[in-house]
Amino acid sequence: MLNPDSVGSTFAGTESITVSQSDIDAFCAVVGETDTSIAPPTFTIRITLSQFEEILTRPAVGLDWSRLVHGDQKFDIFIPVKAGDQLTCAATIESYRVAAGNEIVSVRSDLHKGTELAVSAWSTLVVRA
Amino acid sequence: MEVGTVLDEKVFFLDRALLKAYADASGDQNPIHQNEEFAVSVGLPNVIAHGMLTMALVGKYISDFAGGSAHVLEFSSRFIKPVIVPVGEKVDLTVSATVAEIADGKVSLSLSATSAGIKVLGMAKAVVRQ
Repeated sequence: MLNPDSVGSTFAGTESITVSQSDIDAFCAVVGETDTSIAPPTFTIRITLSQFEEILTRPAVGLDWSRLVHGDQKFDIFIPVKAGDQLTCAATIESYRVAAGNEIVSVRSDLHKGTELAVSAWSTLVVRA
Repeated sequence: MEVGTVLDEKVFFLDRALLKAYADASGDQNPIHQNEEFAVSVGLPNVIAHGMLTMALVGKYISDFAGGSAHVLEFSSRFIKPVIVPVGEKVDLTVSATVAEIADGKVSLSLSATSAGIKVLGMAKAVVRQ
């Protein structure tokens, strides 16, 4: 079970992440995108989800990642992501509730490029009973 | 183009190779997207596509409409049903959209995504720069 005291907390990512052209190329290849100069709109999920996993499974937070399903997802893109961008991440646990034994946690990821907010992403994650 | 305009449908095809490619591209190596035995053991009918793969393909549809990924400002969706991908098969992801709003140089789309006739994304919306 998620520690309710963690709701409302913001966690800084451990390090900045440099977006590589090869990562963008691989993502573009999957969706059939030929313009690889800009990352596809959902590309940053690869940064966001791994960050959520790292934060939410910390002993102090305590989410069971193995029984997780993705409920919904939203992206607000303020600055398109390109190769060479250095992004820092912060994740906030926005809400948490238990319904019919399922844990439902809403988390927001803010990716900054320097001091500017590049992408905010919201995920609702459900730990099945 | 005006509010209510229906955009051309596009059909994407998903197979196990695409799921593996997405797992590698996204870093999401959850075995429910690659290993049938594991997927069945956790109560799924078969291997299912990553919800985020479905969303990535719909993202391509949006980028094409917008004239490039740089013009996509917002994209959101609920995952309501999995896309089931049996071995050796290519399953469809059929995407269409309706123009929901045009304002302030932005176009809002209401998106539909189905696989085998079943709606897989709910409340899917995007905002792009006009």
